[in-house]
This record gives sequence, structure tokens and C-alpha cells, in this order.
Amino acid sequence: MRKEKIAVLGEGDLVLVFKAIGMDVFSANSAGEASDQLKILARNYSVIFVTEEIAVSIADHIAKFKTKAYPAIIPIPSSSGATGIGIEGIKKDVERAVGTDILFND
Amino acid sequence: MAAKLKVNPTRMELRRLKDRKKTAVRGHKLLKDKSDEMIRQFIGYAKENMKIRLEVEKELGEALANFMLAKAVSESSAIEEALSMPAVSMELELSTNNVMSVNVPKIVIKKSDSKSLYPYSFASVTSELDSSIAVISGLSDKLIKLAEVEKTCNMLAYEIEKNRRRVNALEYVMIPQTTEAIKDITMKLDENERGNIVRLMKVKSIIAARESGAN
Repeated sequence: MRKEKIAVLGEGDLVLVFKAIGMDVFSANSAGEASDQLKILARNYSVIFVTEEIAVSIADHIAKFKTKAYPAIIPIPSSSGATGIGIEGIKKDVERAVGTDILFND
Repeated sequence: MAAKLKVNPTRMELRRLKDRKKTAVRGHKLLKDKSDEMIRQFIGYAKENMKIRLEVEKELGEALANFMLAKAVSESSAIEEALSMPAVSMELELSTNNVMSVNVPKIVIKKSDSKSLYPYSFASVTSELDSSIAVISGLSDKLIKLAEVEKTCNMLAYEIEKNRRRVNALEYVMIPQTTEAIKDITMKLDENERGNIVRLMKVKSIIAARESGAN
């Protein structure tokens, strides 16, 4: 049964801060570890935030969940700031839907 | 040019194909309308998604950088200890929203009411940690909203793509093929009809010649 809770998957102890506001945190230090973690988390959590570094390394695994309503797997920036992957994702969506990026091509 | 449909040139087949073409044309129109409306809605969501994401990325990036700073000045074991027992819990209320028959997630956050956000005594850690926790806590609503909107965008984009394939398949394959097949059958049936008439005329003229010969 999917828990109605939020998981945060990130590298090292960076994600610890999310624990303070009541999210469950998990850490992974390699792509393999992250994809294993994600498999388990996807079954149990409905919203999963993944730091951008990890999201890039396991993009294929994340893509599998794109078409279902839950879990929602969302990339978030890590301590080094946003790398633009999230924005890239939105642009890709627009491209997929409309054929070309007509909204944000600045 | 679409591959030719192999059909028997019979009236029954012709009727069937005509019905099918009617359905296909109707379906094509409906799907095209659906596609238009989905794109209209999608653009709204995409803009919102972009707005929230930019805000979240900016604020969260700062908060996390602050946290890194806090981690650098205090001992990591102290921080771990401070954060290991959260004072607040966060539950979600999940449901789905129907956007053009795509079931997108709808997430409502249920925060437990707790007097203090900070699960530690202020003596043990630095103020950077306090501020980063305060910022992230303030961001949690936005984060959940982002999750909801971004997922909606993902799903709508996928659905629009799928729908477009259907529209194209109908427009460029199904409808031309049936039109072609209907034309084929009509021509074949007409040809048979002409053949029949010619044969009848021929028979008639033979009979007429025979009768006039007998007289």
C-alpha cells in the first residue's frame, strides 16, 4: 500500500534537512544505489523528490513513472544550485506536446 | 500513398466500409478537438510549472546552500542528532483530478500542528540551520504544488502525443484507405453492371436476329 507521505532521495546527508519538516529522507551515493532505492520508494511513496544529480544518473528509471499519476518523481536542486535539468524537463514536455518549444525559447 | 486495403467487391462490403468511413471521419474530428483543448490546457499548466519551478529552484538552492554552511560549522554528528527526530510530520491527501480524461494527481498537504518547527534545542546548533529549516518548511506547500503541476504536465504531454498519433493515423491512413477501397468497390460494381447490360443487349440482339431469321 502506497503511503501518503513524501520521500526525498539525495546524495549524502544533504537531504537531512528535509527530515526536519516531516519528509522521509533516503540517501544514495551511486547511480546503482539510487535506482535500487527508487524502485522501493516508488512502491511505497506517492511523492518523491530526487536531487538533480541523481535524477540525471537514473533518468531512464524515472521516465518509467512519467505516465502514471502516482508516484510523482520530481527533480529538485541540490546545494550547488539548480543545473537547469528541471527547466529542461518542462521544455521537453512542451516540445512533446506541441512539437516545438513555443513557450520558453528565449 | 497508403497501402491498398484488400476487400471483396461486394455490396455488403461496400456498406460496411462506408459505415466505417463515417465513424472514422467523426472520430477524427472529435480527437482533433480533444487535442486542441488538451494543448490549450497544457500550455496553462506548463506556464504555471515554469513559474513555480523557478521560484522553488531559487529558494531551495539558497536554503540548501545555507544548510551546507550549517553542516560545515557544526559537527555532522550534532546535526544528525538534531534532525533525527522531526517535530512535525507531513501527510498527504491524494486524489486524482480529471483533465480531459487524463487522471492527474491532486495532492493536498496535511501538516501536523506542532508548536515548534525545530526538533532540537537552539543551543546545540547554529542559526544557519534554523534559517534553512524555516525556509524549506515555508517551501513545502510550493514543493507539493510543483509536484502536482509538473506531474500533470508530464501526463498531459504524453497524452497529447498519443492523441496526435491517433489523429494522424486516422487522417493519413485509415480515412484514405477506406476512401480508396470504397472507390475500388464502386468501380468494380459499376463495371460488373456494365458487363451485365452489354451481355443482355447482346443476347437480346441474338434473339432478335434469330426471330427475324425464322420469320
